[in-house]
Amino acid sequence: MTESALIAPRRAPPRRRQAWSLRSRAVRGWLYQIVAVAVVVALGWLLLSNTLENMRQRGIQSGFDFLGQPAGFDIGESWLRYDSNDPYWKAFLVGLVNTLRVAVTGIVLATVLGTLLGIGRFSRNALVRGLCYGYVELMRNIPVLLQLLMWYLLLSEYLPAADAPLTLGHMVFLSKNGLSYPLLVWETGHTLAAAGLLIAIAAGLWFARAARVRFAHTGTPQPVAWIVLLLLVGLPAIGWLAGGAPHHLELPRVGDFQVEGGGSLSPEFLAVLLGLWFYTSAYIAEVVRAGIASVPAGQQEASASLGLSRWRTMRLVVLPQALRLIVPPLTNQFLNLTKNSSLAVAVGYPDLVSIANTSINQTGRAVECISIIMLVYLSTSLGTSLLMNWFNRRAALKER
Amino acid sequence: MADAFQPIPPRAAPARVTGALPWLRHNLFSSVANALGTLLLLAVLLWALTAAWRWGVANAVFAADADQCQAARGTGACWGVIREKGRFILMGRYPFAEHWRPVLATVLLLGLVVASGSRRFWNAWLAGLWIGGLAAFLLLMGGGYFGLTKVPTDLWGGLPLTVLLSVVSMALAFPLAVLVALGRRSNLPAIKSLCVIYIELVRGVPLISVLFMASFMFPLFLPVGKSPDVLIRVVVGITLFAAAYMAEIVRGGLQTVGRGQAEAAASIGLSYWQTQRKVILPQALAAVVPGIVNNFIALFKDTSLVTIVSLYELSGALLLALGADPDWRPFKIEGYIFIVAIYFFFCFLMSRYSLGIERRLARSSSR
Repeated sequence: MTESALIAPRRAPPRRRQAWSLRSRAVRGWLYQIVAVAVVVALGWLLLSNTLENMRQRGIQSGFDFLGQPAGFDIGESWLRYDSNDPYWKAFLVGLVNTLRVAVTGIVLATVLGTLLGIGRFSRNALVRGLCYGYVELMRNIPVLLQLLMWYLLLSEYLPAADAPLTLGHMVFLSKNGLSYPLLVWETGHTLAAAGLLIAIAAGLWFARAARVRFAHTGTPQPVAWIVLLLLVGLPAIGWLAGGAPHHLELPRVGDFQVEGGGSLSPEFLAVLLGLWFYTSAYIAEVVRAGIASVPAGQQEASASLGLSRWRTMRLVVLPQALRLIVPPLTNQFLNLTKNSSLAVAVGYPDLVSIANTSINQTGRAVECISIIMLVYLSTSLGTSLLMNWFNRRAALKER
Repeated sequence: MADAFQPIPPRAAPARVTGALPWLRHNLFSSVANALGTLLLLAVLLWALTAAWRWGVANAVFAADADQCQAARGTGACWGVIREKGRFILMGRYPFAEHWRPVLATVLLLGLVVASGSRRFWNAWLAGLWIGGLAAFLLLMGGGYFGLTKVPTDLWGGLPLTVLLSVVSMALAFPLAVLVALGRRSNLPAIKSLCVIYIELVRGVPLISVLFMASFMFPLFLPVGKSPDVLIRVVVGITLFAAAYMAEIVRGGLQTVGRGQAEAAASIGLSYWQTQRKVILPQALAAVVPGIVNNFIALFKDTSLVTIVSLYELSGALLLALGADPDWRPFKIEGYIFIVAIYFFFCFLMSRYSLGIERRLARSSSR
């Protein structure tokens, strides 16, 4: 048999498809897209024209000019100086600060408790394991709004009245009016101590870096932790002593109708904080547990056979690998906590959503106020996810 | 002379590792610190449990008697409030004589959910079953036909409303989510970006702002004088919210299906929709059932938020039931515990189911 017989006879080149046939995939793709965009634009136009027509008929004014007008309502608690003559934009700002205050505190507390609970699921003690599991299941299966409402009920009705509060050594008072605690009277010594702390942090970072370099060169582990701890405690202490060791506290004391003086946290703030803290820490515990469980047991066995202690195994082998899986869902939980802080409106804590709700009731500018809420939350979420993507790129496995 | 045979002393029998005592030793008393921790925890637990027992059972009042409850206040729970107001909390303001209707309707809807959880029903008939079931539910609740008296939606409340909001929104969100998830993976740029914008926009805002939108803004969106009732607006809002989250779950499932599946389907001449419907989606959806169930649990819990826009689901109905009645108002916490128990019962069951499915999936993929 000759070789040419094995080669298939040459076929004519395929005829070019009709460029504008409806059967062509490209044309249909364009068609679908044009239809989709047209539908969305038409829908948007319809909604917009309906909205404008409705507003005209009901005599609703629109625009953001109301932000400059005086708000006319008081806000229960605020870090900024605010009174009812201040304009709406300032009220919104107060709301935003209140949202951030409860969200940031909640995130810190929930991360700590959640991590402990997550690690507790691996405890050698069966009782600890069982309690952590029970906590997680209980908290995750109860709506967070109900938890907030229950905390608020407990704090506002079951605590003693303000003239006979619960107390801890006459320093901290807990009553229906909230929690009061002593405040430091700021003096030079405190400024010096803060400066000492800053210097200690900088020195500690530099020292840890130098120790890492030395370790890489010599292979001998360096005693970093003790020296850094010494710096962190010692330098502020020196600053504090140099400033004359001030120890004046502004103590709260029981007045006729309320606890006066010192710092205070309102029951509304406490209810939101406790609810979000306990609810979110259950989710964080699950995230941490899943992250640690995902590190294969062989990693721990290998590091044990290299002679690393249990703690070093955790710190140098398990956690770096677990963190890669923990961090993305953890940020999700942070965002969830921040979004859930909008439930503050149910217990009357003046967060952004409550302020917007009041503003809607007073001005009728629903579209504008809801846009403000959405814009704030959206920018937080998108900003965080950008940050997350950056972290993921950095932490991703460098594969060969 | 060689040594005589000297047997080494026998080794002790190995410690038992099974049974109650070794388990206790290993898990609770493996070291001194561990044992101390166990004892401390046991003491705290014992104290908490006896306190709870004393408050919840020993000193509690079970009779629906406000005076007895007042007397026991501070020392014991008043479960009488549940006996007195439980029906109102469960049913809301629905006319008393017609309570059999929401009960039947809720059982029907829950039955539908349970049936959808069983593999035997995972086929094309399920959609028809759902349409029929939802129609029957709305008919039973709303009435107006077949001699049933008409009950306007603002009287619906309690557990039927919670179930309605979560189940109906979920049923409506599911097809939308599948479409959006397919759109997000499409290679048509305009469709893809529309889907991405929708998903990210909705996932970036809290549910409460969507509910505010449903209650304040939707009336402005529609032609003058044609605003639908608040229940419909809220269902639409929750549906749009849930669909975005579910679309991401479905997308996760789509990503688990290998590229070869779509290529194989294309090579035997299936069109895009045939490929998705017959090859990709059955595999993708089966892989994400646990995710969908978890999403449903979250939705079920989130429906409690509608109380903020004045729909009287369980917690709204509780405030309605106790707020107007000075005799029973002090016993709100018992009412909350009642609602918490209901939520916990449903959510815990569903999470166990989701876990079971997850295990089964893991088993089938680890062959």
